[in-house]
Amino acid sequence: MLALNGDEAVAYAVKQSNVDVIAAFPITPQTIIVEKLSEYVANGELKAYYACAESEHSAISMIVGASAAGARTFTATSANGLALMHEILYIVSSLRLPVVMAIVNRALSGPINIHTDHGDSMAERDACWIQIYCEDAQEAYDTVIQAFRIGENHKVLLPVMVMLDGFLISHTTQNVDVLEDEKVSNFVKHRIPAEIEVFGKKVPLTLNPENEVPLTFGPLDLWDYYFEHKRQQEDAMEKSREVIRKVHDEYAKISGRSYGNGFIETYNMDSAEYAFICLSSTAGTVKSLIDKLISKGDDKLGLVRIRTFRPFPYEELPKALEGVKGVAVLDRSGAFGAMGGPVYNEVRSALYDSDVHPFINGYIYGLGGRDMTMEMLKSIYDDLVETVKSGKPKRKIEFVGVRE
Amino acid sequence: MSEDLAKPGWKQIPIAGVPFKKATEYHTGDWRTFKPVIDQSKCTKCLTCWIFCPDDSIVWDGNTVQVDYRYCKGCGICAEMCPVKAITMVKEE
Repeated sequence: MLALNGDEAVAYAVKQSNVDVIAAFPITPQTIIVEKLSEYVANGELKAYYACAESEHSAISMIVGASAAGARTFTATSANGLALMHEILYIVSSLRLPVVMAIVNRALSGPINIHTDHGDSMAERDACWIQIYCEDAQEAYDTVIQAFRIGENHKVLLPVMVMLDGFLISHTTQNVDVLEDEKVSNFVKHRIPAEIEVFGKKVPLTLNPENEVPLTFGPLDLWDYYFEHKRQQEDAMEKSREVIRKVHDEYAKISGRSYGNGFIETYNMDSAEYAFICLSSTAGTVKSLIDKLISKGDDKLGLVRIRTFRPFPYEELPKALEGVKGVAVLDRSGAFGAMGGPVYNEVRSALYDSDVHPFINGYIYGLGGRDMTMEMLKSIYDDLVETVKSGKPKRKIEFVGVRE
Repeated sequence: MSEDLAKPGWKQIPIAGVPFKKATEYHTGDWRTFKPVIDQSKCTKCLTCWIFCPDDSIVWDGNTVQVDYRYCKGCGICAEMCPVKAITMVKEE
């Protein structure tokens, strides 16, 4: 057991995961991750190549080269750093590079702000990266270790983003139960590049001129083949579902820790008539509210925390919400001009084809690090109960915690 | 385009966009809208077209100047540069 903040927990997991190349550029609130990793490399605790980049665009581009050459790679960023990587994120996934990146969620400029919201990673939700949102430092540690196994699986070969909330998790110290180095090493092993067949020969899918058939990465791909390559990416995303579940369960066996079924985690849903749906650290506050309500004799509120946002758990959600009358979806990012935030839209879409049709209200909260308090959550609960009673769902986006 | 339907599907080609055939087997001449046609009676065999062709598609067959239509994208530079106007660009059917 170590006292680590979220960033330190991520760095510790990376140190134990047999990473070959790290390329990074510091940005608040992610900086501690790459500072720690540079220390580990400098003092010999981590035998990896550490590249200091001059920007996030360069950091992720270096990672592209290293990962294409067959290395296990890691980088981390936040907000504007992630936005600067945007162009390369799509290249990483299309080249099928199993890069692992920690995103310490921070509000995107402007106006400039360093505190948490999910606008940065939500803007990348269609970049074909697996996205896992963590509730606390312990989960961030556990998920980084799992991420290497998920992304590098030959059925998947996709990059993985691991999200943790800026400051609330990244800079808050908690007891983190870390595994022994050897246990993690045996779990993640070393990266084994996939093989592909070209010119009738099986060759490693790596950028290596000594391959029997040297490969070109990133050539022009026009109307006649681009679409097929994108279809392959969707196939990999679908296949990743089984791998995410398997890796999560296998990790639970060695660590004794699990997070729901790896996709969603439920809390007090057996007796719930009302449910909150949210991501990340807000789930902790919701659980506290639920406990408080139960202590006062009200056990009708439950929580479904979405852990894996990409691929989206559209099959698990309706099952978890069976028998529920009203759902409040909490979004920590805006979607200007849309019918609510991204989580709200995905949840509603997932339920459309199912037999589960509760009232669904969408609430946008916490932008730029605005606190989400127990009182605010309680007022959302009251609002939700009122919606169900009146039979009138909200027809506009509700903003929680903003001054009128 | 109908000819694209005859190409291999997404389950049949390697992932990651790596090329699975040689560049010479990818006939970029498919892209052409206008084709250069050489009037051999006007051609002085000066090979100015060969110098300027960006796709290496002007070939000398030992006797005359010809266009390799497998790779000619129809840019029209050869016709523009020809000092005796022996090349005309004709719309593809």
